[in-house]
Amino acid sequence: MIEFDQVHKAYEVEGRAIPALQPTSLAIENGEVFGIVGHSGAGKSTLVRLINLLERPSGGRIVIDGEDVTGYDSKDLRDFRRKVGMIFQHFNLLSSKTVEDNIAFPMKLAGIYSRDEIRTRVAELLERVGLTHHARKFPSQLSGGQKQRVGIARALACRPTILLCDEATSALDPQTTQSVLRLLGDLNRELKLTIVLITHEMDVVRRVCDRVAVMDAGDVVEMGPVTDVFLHPKHATTRDFVFESEHVDEQEMEANFEKAEGRILRLTFRGESTYKPLLGSVARQTGVDFSILSGRIDRIKDTPYGQLTLSLVGGDLPAAQAALEAADVHVEVVR
Amino acid sequence: MEDLLTNVDWGEIGGASWDTLVMVGASLFFSVLFGLPLGVLLFLTGKRQLLEQPVAYAVLSFVVNVLRSVPFIILLIVMIPFTVMLIGTSLGVAGAIPPLVAGGAPFFARLVETSLREVDRGIIEATQAMGATVRQVIFGALLPEAMPGIIAGITVTAITLVSYAAMSGVIGGGGLGDLAIRFGYQRFQTDVMVITVALLVIFVQILQMVGDRLVLYFSRR
Ligand SMILES: Nc1ncnc2c1ncn2[C@@H]1O[C@H](COP(=O)(O)OP(=O)(O)OP(=O)(O)O)[C@@H](O)[C@H]1O
Ligand SMILES: [Mg+2]
Repeated sequence: MIEFDQVHKAYEVEGRAIPALQPTSLAIENGEVFGIVGHSGAGKSTLVRLINLLERPSGGRIVIDGEDVTGYDSKDLRDFRRKVGMIFQHFNLLSSKTVEDNIAFPMKLAGIYSRDEIRTRVAELLERVGLTHHARKFPSQLSGGQKQRVGIARALACRPTILLCDEATSALDPQTTQSVLRLLGDLNRELKLTIVLITHEMDVVRRVCDRVAVMDAGDVVEMGPVTDVFLHPKHATTRDFVFESEHVDEQEMEANFEKAEGRILRLTFRGESTYKPLLGSVARQTGVDFSILSGRIDRIKDTPYGQLTLSLVGGDLPAAQAALEAADVHVEVVR
Repeated sequence: MEDLLTNVDWGEIGGASWDTLVMVGASLFFSVLFGLPLGVLLFLTGKRQLLEQPVAYAVLSFVVNVLRSVPFIILLIVMIPFTVMLIGTSLGVAGAIPPLVAGGAPFFARLVETSLREVDRGIIEATQAMGATVRQVIFGALLPEAMPGIIAGITVTAITLVSYAAMSGVIGGGGLGDLAIRFGYQRFQTDVMVITVALLVIFVQILQMVGDRLVLYFSRR
């Protein structure tokens, strides 16, 4: 488990302290995929780099699996870092080493593996990320997606329990992003790997994360299960991200509401209720008429969900609302 | 052809070429030997680098700048007593080497510093994140990544040393420069001058070509 206890960070620039992370407490469970979103400069990288102490905290405690890592001496710190893999937006592979040498690099640095162990492990990792035929190539001869796979293999070489991803898919096209995310998801399941993933795309969060933290100006402003944060965003920054990812224009939506009559409800279905023929039966039973103003049916990781905005007229409105709520649908009265 | 080159003693030219080769080779060797660690140190102690040490950086940087800002011809003369103390003479091929190194090493050190700075910070960070020691970062990541730049730096240094070595002829340093000054300049033997200059040009061309090849070989970008 990764625990932050009132951790804060200010960068020292020309004698002045520039705050980058306000005092933050959070806990990331073992085996979970934890997303961090926020605008540029919000402090996402700072937070993640504190986990493997690439940045020293200005205060607070960072506890990993029950041990306070902020007090480690340099030897302990190096051993600890081996248990935390990291991948980067620009891959940061050594251009002077081949793919296999890049993957072997952290094992060689560790100095505790035999040549045979390294060779076997590298072959295994190459196979796992699907790059067996590219072992002897140099990074410059690979595509972005392949480079990130090398980055992932390298990060996994010393069998870490935590993987930090700083915008690992931001430099990739949508298709490649998808395949890299799928790989990360598989690794999370197969290896019980804890993954902390920074992104500025809500879509990435939606696809792989279990929980998400939203950051704004050095603060974690919202944190929770992705389904909650996604379907019921509270903070303005979160709403921005969610609406943007759903291609919803808030003003246009409100303009649409102007034209609609009657009561406007936003219904959120989750899990199995998404597929039930609920609306028709409620309409029949209560005599309300509805029209759909906007809607979307999709998945968050493995959970299907639907979100519909309806205008209802006529019939027994309170009864309709009650019937929907009784059927496990979240009902929000928009107007 | 023979009529044109009446003053040229090919045996002497051959000997002088060999002397130049030795001077450049030896001084290049020592320039790299001293300049490389100096360059690495300059880089590491620099601002926001692995071993940031403002005072150490300022001192090293000052020494390097002083050596680099003294015109080489002056350095040659200033170094004479020191050279005599070091190897017993300030003349000939051996006497030229200490001033050549004094001029070449700081020059090369700056080039090393620059090529290390060009290594992507992200690579240093990634290496640190793997649990590398500072030593491992230097030898495992920084130097291999900067290798093309360092090789290019060696080439530039070698070429600079060729011209410095020629200059050392002024204080009796030996080699092609010495020949050019003694015969070409002082005795107006233009043909000797032309031949020595041509040889120097060829020498520089070869160095550049070999250097470029090596850079190409070492850059996998
Ligand atoms: N080494 C540093 N020195 C000084 N200030 C820094 C340093 N690193 C980050 N900062 C500042 O700290 C704040 C948070 O930076 P951080 O890199 O954590 O943001 P981020 O959320 O990762 O942004 P991005 O999405 O652009 O990567 C910014 O204001 C940034 O300018
Ligand atoms: Mg960042």
